[in-house]
Amino acid sequence: MTEQVFTNCTNAGPVSVYVRDGKVVRIRPLVAEEKDLKPWTIEAGEHKFTAPKKFAVAPYVHAERRRIHSDERIKYPMKRVDFNPEGERNPQNRGKSGYVRISWEEALDLVAGELKRVKESYGGSAISGLTSSHHNWGIVGYKHGSFMRFMNLLDFTPVLDNPDSWEGWHWGATHTYGFYWRLGMPEPYDMLQDALKNAEMIVLWSNDPDSTRGTYTGQESALWREWLKKKGVKTVFIDPFYNFTAAVMGGKWIAPRIGTDTCLAMAIAYVWITEGRYDREYIENRTIGFDEFKKYILGEIDGQPKTPEWAEEESGVKARVIRALAREWAEKRTILSGGARGGEGGACRQAYATEWARMMVLLQAMQGLGKPGRSIWGTTMGAPSDTDYFFPAYADPQGKISSATKAANFIPVNKNRQRLYRLTLPDAILDPPLSWHGAGFCGGSLEQQFEYFEYPAEGCSEIKLFYRYGGSFIGTMLDTSKWVKMYQSPKLEFVVNQDVWFNSETRMADVILPACSNFERDDLAEWGACGGYTGHASSGSNYRVIVRQQKCIEPLWESKSDYQIFALLAERLGLKDEFTDGGKSELDWCRAFFELSDLPKLVDWETFNRKGYHVINIKEGYKPTPGLRWFAEGRACDTPDPSNPKRNTEKGHELGTYSGKIEFVSESLKKHFPEDWERPISPRYIPSWEGHHSDLFKKYPLQLLSPHPRFSFHTHYDKHTDWLNDIPVHRIKKDGYHWWPARINPRDAEVRGINNGDIVRLYNDRGGVLCVAVVTGWVRPGIIHSYGSSAKYDPLIPGKPDSMDRGGCVNLLTSSRLLSRHAPGMTPNSCLIEIEKWEE
Amino acid sequence: MIKIARYTIFIDVNKCTGCYNCFLACRDEFYDNDYPPYSEGHPLKDHYWMQIKQIERGEYPKPKLDYIPLPCMHCQEAPCIEMAKEGAVYRREDGIVIIDPVKARGQRQIVNSCPYRVIFWNEEKQLPQKCTLCAHMLDQGEKEPKCVEACPTGALVFGDLDDPDSEVSRLVAETKSEVLYPEFGTEPLIKYAGIPRYFIAGEVVFKDNQGECAAGVKVSLAGNGVSMETRSDIYGDFEFEGLGKKTRYILTVEHEGYQPRQLELFTHKSINVGEVMLDPV
Repeated sequence: MTEQVFTNCTNAGPVSVYVRDGKVVRIRPLVAEEKDLKPWTIEAGEHKFTAPKKFAVAPYVHAERRRIHSDERIKYPMKRVDFNPEGERNPQNRGKSGYVRISWEEALDLVAGELKRVKESYGGSAISGLTSSHHNWGIVGYKHGSFMRFMNLLDFTPVLDNPDSWEGWHWGATHTYGFYWRLGMPEPYDMLQDALKNAEMIVLWSNDPDSTRGTYTGQESALWREWLKKKGVKTVFIDPFYNFTAAVMGGKWIAPRIGTDTCLAMAIAYVWITEGRYDREYIENRTIGFDEFKKYILGEIDGQPKTPEWAEEESGVKARVIRALAREWAEKRTILSGGARGGEGGACRQAYATEWARMMVLLQAMQGLGKPGRSIWGTTMGAPSDTDYFFPAYADPQGKISSATKAANFIPVNKNRQRLYRLTLPDAILDPPLSWHGAGFCGGSLEQQFEYFEYPAEGCSEIKLFYRYGGSFIGTMLDTSKWVKMYQSPKLEFVVNQDVWFNSETRMADVILPACSNFERDDLAEWGACGGYTGHASSGSNYRVIVRQQKCIEPLWESKSDYQIFALLAERLGLKDEFTDGGKSELDWCRAFFELSDLPKLVDWETFNRKGYHVINIKEGYKPTPGLRWFAEGRACDTPDPSNPKRNTEKGHELGTYSGKIEFVSESLKKHFPEDWERPISPRYIPSWEGHHSDLFKKYPLQLLSPHPRFSFHTHYDKHTDWLNDIPVHRIKKDGYHWWPARINPRDAEVRGINNGDIVRLYNDRGGVLCVAVVTGWVRPGIIHSYGSSAKYDPLIPGKPDSMDRGGCVNLLTSSRLLSRHAPGMTPNSCLIEIEKWEE
Repeated sequence: MIKIARYTIFIDVNKCTGCYNCFLACRDEFYDNDYPPYSEGHPLKDHYWMQIKQIERGEYPKPKLDYIPLPCMHCQEAPCIEMAKEGAVYRREDGIVIIDPVKARGQRQIVNSCPYRVIFWNEEKQLPQKCTLCAHMLDQGEKEPKCVEACPTGALVFGDLDDPDSEVSRLVAETKSEVLYPEFGTEPLIKYAGIPRYFIAGEVVFKDNQGECAAGVKVSLAGNGVSMETRSDIYGDFEFEGLGKKTRYILTVEHEGYQPRQLELFTHKSINVGEVMLDPV
């Protein structure tokens, strides 16, 4: 049979898919016609930087064929052998017992029957479900699409996501500079151009963009950082780990002890204040509360001046280095790069990390945030990009078939007010009642952070049925043996898992349903665009690329598309018309989304559907509007940020804080939690509850640093994509097993008798994980670096929650304690452990 | 039609981020896929026609990390051609060295002929196999091999060394281009820039003023018949790159008002001398 070529899109780039005899045989970054690409050029001094005429996808995308045809695919519907819905359900055996293949008929009847029984017995609130992010790409068949549309029809209890990668920015920085509608990230518009033209230095603080990339935009920004190098922009990396961006860009590496970044930032402020090296005019006109902040920095409030010597004592970074950095930062036009999207970074995922994130904003405010070359920018977004043509992303209201979109005639409305919170889900199931403040992603207002939740909510049921969809959290959430305990609770009468691949949580289910990947069904999406609270995220790519994700092959084995699975369940529940909007196919939805977007102004459906993509180039005479320049210059907002509620109003020149200015003393915190010493109205350094001052430090003297991974995405691609096992940064083969690396400084290794390549046990009171030791000077002494994202949970005793794991799920060791009392973020980087050579 | 050319990949190690795109794209292209007459599919495991050699240098807190992408060198004096029987390995008009998958069957000695160790033995097919520079793609009119297409930073550039207008010719002319292991004497067509060598680094500290970095201090290094000089940067850090292996060097640190310091160093590897403390006069 001849080769056919299709188009599709992944979470890290658009692709051309070559198919022979019903199999994907090779994949290339989207092969676009040359005439479709009109590259932009940025002139900076004597340099001209022009976008390349190709697409740079993430490494794992090149191995996608192995994931599609993976041995780890769920091939058939299955039922746990000792699960009998009419008799003994044996929930205690979840994670331990095996499975038997069943027919789709039996599986669908069983799942639909349980949904019906639970809804009728306890109400819709007794049904909950949870999705992971980005195991697939495409707006029809994804979590806010099919899954949520179906679940909303049942009035289910949603589980609120926590802002997992940017906690401190969300719960902290928003109270300093607003941008709650971006969940604490700054607007990225035209930041690349600003950096290339104006920046003299860039401080990457807890940021490894070469590994985390623009989240969904593959490796497009790798070339931008090469350009910054070529331009001679100086680089400083502040990270306990000599990260991969540092390795390629060079510059100064400063390695603080975990949990002390806030001290370092305060000492920099101290140098600026005492030496008069800050932008007084900006402080005067664009900020409030500086005098109060200054008093704290100078020690007038607590008697401790935040000197470089004080910071050295805490952080281990020499006072002289802090001074030199502070002075050069003030002298040179310096970008602060506090995470891949401006904010983010491991420093914001630890105890009291609100304080660090707020300090990042305040430091840059002292240097005139928004002035040329003085931005907060992660290096991964903000290419010249057209924002006039609208195309819905999965988190845009118009992109959700589950809620408001015009693409649907019928919109299900979930009448249930009960909510769960992902970080405390196991506690809620195992040990209710439970309460917390904060509506997860608080993108609607600052007040959402102060909203009070109780579980079970009044008049609602505890959860009896749990529907797990796509991916796994045992690698990525915290103290995750709790998840195993949750699954084994008799309170969960029924657990279903619907996924493409076997993940760590799959074998915790009573019934397993095989879904197909986005290469086996019809969908559409824009590359890199998540929409919602990250408007215009596609500016992380050199071009906007809208992809008709064509069905390349038939669903493999007995898998079905998520949309089809939910449609079949809806049919059994008498909700087929409601779910399918009167009988829409997936292709019908694609067409409806196309019609509501601006694409019809540029291309007709037949061409788009056949050709498979459309590139939106910038227009002639493109006028850059750099992020926050308007604010620095006291003008009304001129960026195209669609979610900025003050834009195009009389308050257009204001930020999203209560005062409209940058707040050294937060008005929103003052109003809602004025007495909260764990997130005070003005930032403080608060030592970690699990850090070098803790009693636990005597028993467990090493700090675990578990960032986002370099060669996989969340838990996706790991375990299901065997070629990645041959990349030694990702996994290392020893005795026939692919172990997860744990990196240790030679000094710490030597005193423990650990050699490079040894199997080691990482442990504390919460659990134990076996890894392979990589002895390297890339980590500061006292730190163990191991990525927090293993997809492989491989307990030595299956089904035993506190069993040691050899898959590399280091989050079995992390604490589930939240950022602070009223800031419910996750804290994986506040984790003390010990490590020893493992000999069986 | 095959062009008369000398095709190369110009590999700039300074631009390589170690992302493994080339490594994975290559496997995607060749695993289980036949491209007659140039290659048969390679097996699932243990074939890496494009390898990444990770080079770690230095010590905490001054480590360095580089990567050397390593495809077939497409040598102009190729030992594999010499070692093959019945012309099983040949050079195309464009310089690409091809192992004929029919004629080479059973010829294990071809694997061992390569000093770069970039030929792999396919046990099942009894076949020596390696990088073809994606000759099948070039024949179909594609601009570049799959690995180059996948490279995000321009660390890999494909082109014709005999075409004076090509980007690779410009790069070879403008940079200090070199070949990997020239001592093998095989005249590779694959060119490199920035192959990492040894370095010596350290930090100057004024003993009487340790709260301030010792910036602008003269640091010189002599050895191997050459002498180099630099100034410490704003952090008091200094570095000498591109040093020879197993060489004796004298490092001298001197600053007005301080007693000079001299260190004798031997580069059995890259060295971080740590803090060099200067005593006041």
